[in-house]
Amino acid sequence: MTTLWQRAGHAALVLPLLLFLGLFFVWPLVTVLDQAVSDPVVSRHLPATSAASAAWDRSSAPPAEMRQALVRDLRAIDDDQIMGDLVRRLNSAQPGFRTLMKKTVTAARDSSGDLDLGEVDARWRDTAFWRAIAEATNPYTDRNLLAAIDLQRDRAGAIAAIPEGESANRAILLRTFLVASTVTLATGLIGLPYAMLVASATGWRRQLLLAAVLLPLWTSLLVRTTAWYILLQDQGLINSALSALGLIGKPLPLLFNRTGVIASGALLVFMAALGYYITPALIGGPKDQMISSVIAFYATGSANWGMAGALGIVLLAATLVLYGIYGRLSATNTRG
Amino acid sequence: MLRVSRFIFGAATVLFLLAPLIAILPLAFTSGSMLTYPITSVSLRWFEELATADAWHRSIVNSLIVGAGTTVLATVLGTLAALALRRRVMFHATLRTLFLLPMVVPAVVLGIGLQILLARLGLANTYVAVIVAHTVLAVPFVLVSVSASLDGIDPQVERAAASLGAAPARVYLLVTLPLTMPGILSGAALAFATSLDEVVLTLFVAGPNQLTLARQMFSSIRENISPVIVAAAFIFIVGTVAIGGLLAAVRQRSMRTSAIP
Repeated sequence: MTTLWQRAGHAALVLPLLLFLGLFFVWPLVTVLDQAVSDPVVSRHLPATSAASAAWDRSSAPPAEMRQALVRDLRAIDDDQIMGDLVRRLNSAQPGFRTLMKKTVTAARDSSGDLDLGEVDARWRDTAFWRAIAEATNPYTDRNLLAAIDLQRDRAGAIAAIPEGESANRAILLRTFLVASTVTLATGLIGLPYAMLVASATGWRRQLLLAAVLLPLWTSLLVRTTAWYILLQDQGLINSALSALGLIGKPLPLLFNRTGVIASGALLVFMAALGYYITPALIGGPKDQMISSVIAFYATGSANWGMAGALGIVLLAATLVLYGIYGRLSATNTRG
Repeated sequence: MLRVSRFIFGAATVLFLLAPLIAILPLAFTSGSMLTYPITSVSLRWFEELATADAWHRSIVNSLIVGAGTTVLATVLGTLAALALRRRVMFHATLRTLFLLPMVVPAVVLGIGLQILLARLGLANTYVAVIVAHTVLAVPFVLVSVSASLDGIDPQVERAAASLGAAPARVYLLVTLPLTMPGILSGAALAFATSLDEVVLTLFVAGPNQLTLARQMFSSIRENISPVIVAAAFIFIVGTVAIGGLLAAVRQRSMRTSAIP
């Protein structure tokens, strides 16, 4: 009979791992989510303008109060880095802010008291610029999430597709799922009959067949990828064997294309393939890069954390859906 | 006819699985600097470079430091949790799912989150950061391995110990723990192997002083591929086979001992 005291003892054993994963697994994922949807630049650095914009209906001329709040906010910013972030954020919503802000900041700093912004630059008479500021005051945004699947909000705020040729995220996502499905299919086509073969074999044959599966499984993914790289290169084993046999005149381009990625990824199942980074990064060409590589590019290459986070969430969501399906399937199996 | 096609299928699959590994291994012993056959003469120069070149040498040491740290941390955390989850504690199924999730979450997503978080905690570019990141990935392996071996323990044995007057802690230490040892050992080996092989999280959280062997291989494959990489791969494969053999031996021994009663 277990007492309450003993039960508490067992629960306590779970705490170290729970805390550890909470801190270093759940929190990082929440951070990614937060990076993807948060957009704090304008609300943090133009506080008075943000407060004043709440009262504006966003179609009539902006109230004088909001105009003067902007002048005060701009005067209060003395850090060039912050000003740069602010201008970049506003310019991405409404082109033209870069020059407009430069002019306005100079005018605001050279004067004191109220300033007629329409006199400083005629663009301040255009509500589009004010609307861009008002919309950017929301500290949360769906811009990155929409952009991750090639969508954006148009002037009226409705969701619309990004013009053809401006972004390739959807193509990359499709490609990721395509490669992952092909890998799953190939794995099934090879794995199922192979498992039947292993089950029916006996003696040393069975040992050999099992070892052949286990060795690559135990071997580092990186080593396997290196091996494929060396085999598939232009002067690699496959090409030299084929040309020695007189079958081909010039080397077949096996590397940096999809055949290579699929051949080398065929041991992985869908979930692993989905977040797969190493093999496409090394064996694939630019047209075979899968979603993980793009996320890594946004994060390390261009430090666009919002975009990296948004793409990451799309990938994470897909993985969790698959994990849920997997859980259902394996649960029915054990029950039935 | 069926026998022949079965044989061809089996042979082709074995070839597909093993050929790349077997084909590259001899290239580690080439004396030339190209990764192509035929090998003109045999030498150990690439192994020498692996041991002496500063970047490679340091990366091997780093891999051992990080691997050891990860193994200890993941084994302790995973074993404790497995012991707890054996009893039906509250939220049993939910906790188990949460603990296994690091296996399926895309590493790139976790990597970005960890990079931001560890930088905020002031741990960026430290060994602790790399060990923590690897432990997140390694814990599920320990948990699964230890749980499997706990499931195999006959509860009667523990009840017998308790009925003879042993306190719960004594039952744990003298009965449960020794019986679980094979699971703990193979969990530890898997944790070490996971850490050794990890590249993606390392890319995000390691600074220039914590580059592991796998990370170093990754960047040198991207820059210029030389036989040093194959020499490193050779060591990897030999190490893997050794760990695999160790695991198999531990399992066989535990099967034999559990078969005695």
